[in-house]
Amino acid sequence: MAGSFKDVLNSGEFVITAEAAPPKGTNLETMKHHIELLLDKVHGLNVTDHQSSVMRFPSLGGAIMIREMGGEPILQMTCRDRNRLALQADLLFAFSRGVNNVLCLTGDSIVVGDHKQAKGVFDLDSAQLVKAIRTLEKGYDLAGNQLDGGVKFCAGAIVTPEAEPLEPQLIKFEKKIEAGAEFIQTQAVYDLDHFSKFMEYARPFGVKILAGIILLTSASMARFMNKNVPGVRVPQRLIDEMASAAKTQALAKGIEIAGRMIRHIKDEKLCDGVHIMAIGKEEVVPDILAAAGL
Amino acid sequence: MIRSITQPKADEELDRLLEDFTRVFVVGCGTCVTLTRTGGVEQVEAMRKKLLAKGKMVTGSMVVPVACDELSHEILGEQAALIDQSEALVIMTCAFGVQAIGGQLKKMVIPALDTLFIGKESAAGTFLEVCTQCGQCILGETGGICPVTSCHKGLVNGPCGGTNYGKCEIDSNKDCAWTLIYNRLKALDRLDLMRRYQPPKNHNVEPMPGRIVLQAE
Repeated sequence: MAGSFKDVLNSGEFVITAEAAPPKGTNLETMKHHIELLLDKVHGLNVTDHQSSVMRFPSLGGAIMIREMGGEPILQMTCRDRNRLALQADLLFAFSRGVNNVLCLTGDSIVVGDHKQAKGVFDLDSAQLVKAIRTLEKGYDLAGNQLDGGVKFCAGAIVTPEAEPLEPQLIKFEKKIEAGAEFIQTQAVYDLDHFSKFMEYARPFGVKILAGIILLTSASMARFMNKNVPGVRVPQRLIDEMASAAKTQALAKGIEIAGRMIRHIKDEKLCDGVHIMAIGKEEVVPDILAAAGL
Repeated sequence: MIRSITQPKADEELDRLLEDFTRVFVVGCGTCVTLTRTGGVEQVEAMRKKLLAKGKMVTGSMVVPVACDELSHEILGEQAALIDQSEALVIMTCAFGVQAIGGQLKKMVIPALDTLFIGKESAAGTFLEVCTQCGQCILGETGGICPVTSCHKGLVNGPCGGTNYGKCEIDSNKDCAWTLIYNRLKALDRLDLMRRYQPPKNHNVEPMPGRIVLQAE
């Protein structure tokens, strides 16, 4: 879509972002295909950074590819694998290649991934990474040295509106905004009444909020997430609705639910947009958008 | 009291380390490794038998009171003849003891244990790491609970998204340090401290390896 992600964020238009996951290896064909599929349908494409701590093609490489294909990449950067030198260097490189949207994350623990013996870095945390971006933009690195050629980013972070207990998350959310986050993509939300209460709290901060939508693919997948993914709560009625569909129709049902939720968020103006995570089913993101009437 | 917390090395690793040696002398310690049951009298005796079964010649064994103490070599001196007959010392102490004894006796030393952390016994048989000696104590702003040590990621600005019902993403039995800190500060009515932005840590407080020389007053 035309216009930078930041322009769209500030335009008041309902913002749609989705994800592109880099491959395990150098075969970029599937990722390229997903990017082509979504290029004209979303305002930004997140590129995941060794998602779930599984070593993959780098997010920066994927983000550059999206930019070269004419898309608007949102570079996900975790603090797990790089110290402050490497993070700053990658930000300089990203900017030099036209990658100017960054989502700052802590990063999953090393031990949930496929290189369990690796050293987790966490030299910076997500709030400090946001602040590092703002520091670089002023023309200085974190050691106070002047940069020869600066950067400008649209920087964001995440929040988990369904975290339990919630208040510690909200304190961190506020710190990320104070550090300079312009947009927030949330962990998946399913209970939109609950989410609208979160938005009543969040709206006064003035930060743009994109609600996380994870496509449900089966009732068992929903139960799995409830049990294993921190901060994701799929209400029983949605699990029942997924279970009511015939096995061959489960994906269609998930698409219908995701579309319905997006439409509700947009019609009720709950927040500024949505971030769609299809996790392995990027192929159907256009169908989700169609189901949402977008 | 703080203790050096250890666990035995896997047999395969110990076998590999002992490949070149036939005659060995076994050393245990009466302090930390006795508490953790990794290098006390019983474990030293079990090691002696195990090594014999593996075909090694065990010239002797001894449990010194405090292996990391500078006087350990004098105590080991009582066994000098047997130690002299050995090609290597199998040391069932923490790495402090291994280094102290290795430096004193000028013999090859084979650690039989891995040193995991400096911690304390929080309940019978349960050992917890409470300080990683980061050199920049922030306990004054966290209600006395250390996130650098107790948070799996060492985060200083609040919890990550992996926290769930007060537990950590790596282990549903492990408390989320930031939930503990939040609860403590809330009870103390000092959540303002948690809202305070913590800058990136200075990892150059003391260059590795740490070394402090007291200045004369």
